[in-house]
Amino acid sequence: MTAADRDRLGALRSELDERAQDWLKRALAEPDRLEISFAAAKRACGAPHAVRVRVALLAEHRPPAARLAELYRRGNAAERLAVLEALPELAPDTDGSELVHDALRTNDPRLVAAALGPYGACCLAPHDWRQAVLKCLFVGIPLAEVHDLAPRAAGDDELARMLRDFAAERTAAGRTVPEDLHHLLELTSRPAPARPAPDRSALDHPATGRPVADHPVTDHPVTGRPSTVPSPVDGPAAPRPTAPGEQRPTGQEI
Amino acid sequence: MRIFDPHIHMTSRTTDDYRAMYDAGVRAVVEPSFWLGQPRTHPASFYDYFDALLGWEPFRAAQYGIAHHCTIALNPKEAGDPRCLPVLEELPRYLAKDGVVAVGEIGYDSMTPAEDRALAAQLQMAVDHELPAMVHTPHRDKAAGLTRTLDVVRESDLPIEHVLIDHLNETTVAAATDSGCWRGFSIYPDTKMDPDRMVALLRSHGTECVLVNSAADWGNSDPLTPRRVGEAMLAAGFTEDDVDLVLWRNPVEFYGLSGRLDLDAAEPASPTHEGNSVLRGGE
Ligand SMILES: [Zn+2]
Repeated sequence: MTAADRDRLGALRSELDERAQDWLKRALAEPDRLEISFAAAKRACGAPHAVRVRVALLAEHRPPAARLAELYRRGNAAERLAVLEALPELAPDTDGSELVHDALRTNDPRLVAAALGPYGACCLAPHDWRQAVLKCLFVGIPLAEVHDLAPRAAGDDELARMLRDFAAERTAAGRTVPEDLHHLLELTSRPAPARPAPDRSALDHPATGRPVADHPVTDHPVTGRPSTVPSPVDGPAAPRPTAPGEQRPTGQEI
Repeated sequence: MRIFDPHIHMTSRTTDDYRAMYDAGVRAVVEPSFWLGQPRTHPASFYDYFDALLGWEPFRAAQYGIAHHCTIALNPKEAGDPRCLPVLEELPRYLAKDGVVAVGEIGYDSMTPAEDRALAAQLQMAVDHELPAMVHTPHRDKAAGLTRTLDVVRESDLPIEHVLIDHLNETTVAAATDSGCWRGFSIYPDTKMDPDRMVALLRSHGTECVLVNSAADWGNSDPLTPRRVGEAMLAAGFTEDDVDLVLWRNPVEFYGLSGRLDLDAAEPASPTHEGNSVLRGGE
């Protein structure tokens, strides 16, 4: 567990009532019962805390890849979301790209959106990333939830072609073109950054609120477009403060 | 009229059904895991099915403003196939999930020793996971099946007040009522109950601890039959409050025994996050 993990855990604990704190303490001390506590987190700690509690359990117990995959595969949608959320914390020890691809194959917009979080933004190859972004437009996921959308889209002529074709198909069918499409098309026309971009957008990103330092950048370089990958940061950045009642869209308990 | 259908197999139904159910007042359903018509021969087929009951189906229901929960079990028809028995060992993992509000459908099909063992083992799992149990009565030899079911329940550690016995009819209602269990009635064309017979039973045996369901599935069935019962009750002189007790409060109280009932999804929902498909500021 890193210093940042400990800070997050401390903040989480302070928000839990006494019963939930005791439960969490036990759950963090019982690696053998991870499957049970992972499933019970919402009932034990309350819906608003469920995602962060599950992520904390994974960060503490750091299950090996096979066990993590099983937690995901045998999880309900909320548990799967929590696994996807935790992938940046578990990198570089755990390669979660298979799980990201699994989530992208589903028909559940929450899982698709979570797959395009900070981890997916780094591990997806260009073709897969473009297909995933196009899928977002198809199923109505706000592109604001796609991590690092602007730097990855910049200068992507192939994505621009796909967007124009999609718009033409929609128009031919007499259907409306999603508003997001025009904005994304505009992003593709911006020049790709020549050098690693000092991209700190994650700090302000409505979909994440996760410090940039958690990027699995060093072990999961974007295969095709290294110039757009945010550079690794040395120290942990301050987490974005969360306003009362605010929830990250991909962290919604369901 | 708000309706909670405590027994419906939405896996077999279309989105048109969800829409029609919402229009008829259905705001919550429980989908018991059961037989799909085609027997499964591999344990993994069950796990994919359980995943659908915990993931895809609640998601689909939420888009139509309906809260979806499920019950998980190895059903009696397939409990007789030794190839499916490993499912019993995996059940605890699924019984720990938030969306699971009971162990079920369990009970008898052909009343074999294998079914005895599966029933007793799964009643114990309900105890272990602090869940109620949803037990159906067999289609054939129903009265004898109920007697045997009640015997097994009494031998178990699960209090009878935590058991719902389903698919009851005129021949089994008295014994079930005397036992103190929750009573379920399926309003299902041809083979089970119909709305008028149901109203007659509500008159003779009361509305307490009674649940009415469509049991709609892949057979000749109709997801709107609970609504028809509500209408028939009102026509027969029952009050709106009586209807609400049978069609809403009773199922909420029974499945609420799990402590896991979450009816927040019973509102019209958007398939996208926060209903916002427009790119927000920044990027
Ligand atoms: Zn059934």
